[in-house]
Amino acid sequence: MSSVLMVGVDCSACSNRAIEYAERHAKRANAHLYVTHVIEWSQFTFSTVEENAERHKHRDEEIQRAHTEVIDPIVSRLKDAGIEVTGLVRHGHVAETLNALAGEHEVTNIIIGRQGTSMLKAHVFGSVGSRLVQVADCAVTVVP
Amino acid sequence: MSKFRAGFATLVGLLSSFSVFADVGIDEKINLAVKPFADAVAGFVFSSFTVGGVGIPFVLVWLIVAATIFTFYFKFINIRAFKHGFELVRGDYHDPEAAGEVTHFQALATALSGTVGLGNIAGVAIAVSLGGPGATFWMILAGFLGMSSKFTECTLGVKYRDEMPDGTVSGGPMYYLTKGLAEKGAGFAKLGKVLAVMFAIFCVGGAFGGGNMFQANQSFAQLVNVTGGETSWLADKGWLFGLIVASLVGLVIMGGIKGIARVTSKIVPFMAVIYVFAGLVIILMHFSEVPSAFAAIWNGAFTAEGVSGGVIGVLFQGFKRAAFSNEAGVGSAAIAHSAVQTSRPVTEGFVALYEPFVDTIVVCTITALVIIITGTWDPSVDPSAGVQLTSDAFGSTISWFPWVLTVAVVLFAFSTMISWSYYGLKAWTFLFGNNKVTDATFKLLFMFFVVVGSSMQLGSVIDFSDAMIFAMAFPNLLGCYFLLPVVKKELNEYWADYKAGRLVKAKAT
Repeated sequence: MSSVLMVGVDCSACSNRAIEYAERHAKRANAHLYVTHVIEWSQFTFSTVEENAERHKHRDEEIQRAHTEVIDPIVSRLKDAGIEVTGLVRHGHVAETLNALAGEHEVTNIIIGRQGTSMLKAHVFGSVGSRLVQVADCAVTVVP
Repeated sequence: MSKFRAGFATLVGLLSSFSVFADVGIDEKINLAVKPFADAVAGFVFSSFTVGGVGIPFVLVWLIVAATIFTFYFKFINIRAFKHGFELVRGDYHDPEAAGEVTHFQALATALSGTVGLGNIAGVAIAVSLGGPGATFWMILAGFLGMSSKFTECTLGVKYRDEMPDGTVSGGPMYYLTKGLAEKGAGFAKLGKVLAVMFAIFCVGGAFGGGNMFQANQSFAQLVNVTGGETSWLADKGWLFGLIVASLVGLVIMGGIKGIARVTSKIVPFMAVIYVFAGLVIILMHFSEVPSAFAAIWNGAFTAEGVSGGVIGVLFQGFKRAAFSNEAGVGSAAIAHSAVQTSRPVTEGFVALYEPFVDTIVVCTITALVIIITGTWDPSVDPSAGVQLTSDAFGSTISWFPWVLTVAVVLFAFSTMISWSYYGLKAWTFLFGNNKVTDATFKLLFMFFVVVGSSMQLGSVIDFSDAMIFAMAFPNLLGCYFLLPVVKKELNEYWADYKAGRLVKAKAT
C-alpha cells in the first residue's frame, strides 16, 4: 500500500521547511500528498445576530481566501515538481481538524512545521504540535 | 388603553421638548402620522375582557392559548425533545463538513443574548411586586408552554429562510408568513402577505419600544439608583445617558464598528453567568427560607391575598412578564435562529426549546426567588421601580452587587438593543425596501428612541413596549396555526430518523 501524507500549513510562506520535508518524502515514497490549511474556529463561540446572518457568506470568503492565498500557490508548485497533490481547507481547532481530515483521507503521516512559540505562550495556549501529537491517530512528524 | 394613550401623550410631549426637533416640527408630524396607528394598535392589543373583576387583555390569552395548543399538538415536544435539543446544542450531530457555519450552539447563544436581559431582571421584579410570589408559578408555567411556541416559530424560521444574492441568510416571520402561506394557495398567499406586513410594522414598533426604549430606560434607572438615587448627579440627565448610549449604538449600527457589538456579545454570556451565580449564592445563603419561598410561590399562585384582581391578577402578571421576557410567540426569536446551518429545520426548533427554559424557567425563577427570599418585594412598592427592586434584593445580601448588576444591566440592555436594531431593520427593509436611504432612516430613528427612552418614565415606556411587542404575536401566531401541519411533517420525519438511529452522529473529538 502506498503511503498518503498530509502537510499542515499556516501560510504559504511560513511553513516552508515542513513543505520541503513533505515534498521530499512524497517524492521518495511516490505518495499522495494533501496540503491542508485549518482556519481556527470553534462551534462554541458567541456572536451577534448580524454576524450569524453573514456567517455563511464569510465562511465561503474565508475558504476562498485560504485557497487563493495559502493552498493554491503551494499546490501548483508541488504539482510542477511532479507530486500528486490535493489542497484541503477546513474550519476547526487546528490539531483536531488535521487529525480528522487525516482520518477521512486515510493519511499515514501528518507533517507539520514547528513554530518558535515561547514557553509562556505554549503553556497558556498550548501548541498545535504538542496537541496534535496527543490526539493523532497516525504518525506525526514535526519538522523543526 | 387609556394608559397607553397617556403613555403616548408623554412620548409626544417629550418629542416636542427636544428643541432640535421641535423647530422642524417633526414632533407634530410624528404625532399626526403615528397617533391613529398607535391608538388602533393599542386598542386592539390591549382590548380586554373582564374575568373575576380583572381586565385580561386578549393578546395574553392569545399567547397562552397558542402555546398550550402547540404543546398538545406536538405531544409535549417541550419535554419529549428536551434531551435531544441538548445533544444538538452540544454538537453531537455536528457535521464536520459544515465547520465554519453557524452552529446550533451559536444560534441559541445569540438568540438568548437578545432575550436574556431586562425582562429577567426588571420584569420579574414588576411581576412579583404586582402579583405577589404566586406570579412566579404562572411565569414558570408560561415559560414551559412558551417552549412549544418557540419550537414552532423557529422551525418555520429556518424552513422558510431566504438566502440573499450576497450570501447572507435572512429569516423570520416575514418570510414564513409569505412563503409558507403561499404554498397553501392563492387566498392564503394574500393573507400571508397581509400578516407579514402587519408583523413587520409591529416588529419595527417592538424594536423601538421593548427592544430599545425599555432597555435604555431601565439601564438608566439602575445607573441613577446606584449613584445615589434622586440625589444622584445623573438623576435628571436621562437625555445625556441616552445620547451616550445612542452614540455607542450608532457606532455599531451606522459606523460599522462591529468590534463593540462583538465584544458585547462575548461579555454578555459571562455577565449572565455571574448574575445566575450571584442569585444562587444568595439563595444558598438563605437556604432555610427556600422551602417557605416555594410555599409562598405555590400558595400565592392559587390564593393571591392582597393582590388586586385575585388569582386572575396573579396569573396575569406572571404570564405577562414571562411573555415579555422570553418573547415566545412574538416571532423575534425566529429571526435570530434562522441563520443556523442545518438541513433539517426542526433541529433548530428543538434547540429553541432551551430559550424559554433558560430565560424564564431558570433565570427568571432565580430572580424571583432572590426577591422573595430577601423579602424585598412589597405589594405597596411602586411598580415602576422595576430594576431597582431586584437591585435592592441582591444588595440586601451582597452590598456591592448593585454595581455589578449595573454593569450587567447596561450590557444586557446594549446587546438587546443591538439585536432588536437588527430585527427592526429586517422588518423595516421588508416594508420599505432595502436601500441606503431606508437603512439610514431606520438607524437614525432607532438612535433617537434611545434618547427618548432614557428620558421617559417607566410606566409609559412599559405600556408602549408591551403594546408593540405583544402585537407582533397576532400575525405571527395566526400564521403559525396555518403552518402547524408543515412543522408536524418535518417533526415526524425527523423523529422517525432519530428513533431509528439514522442520524449521523459526529465523532467525538
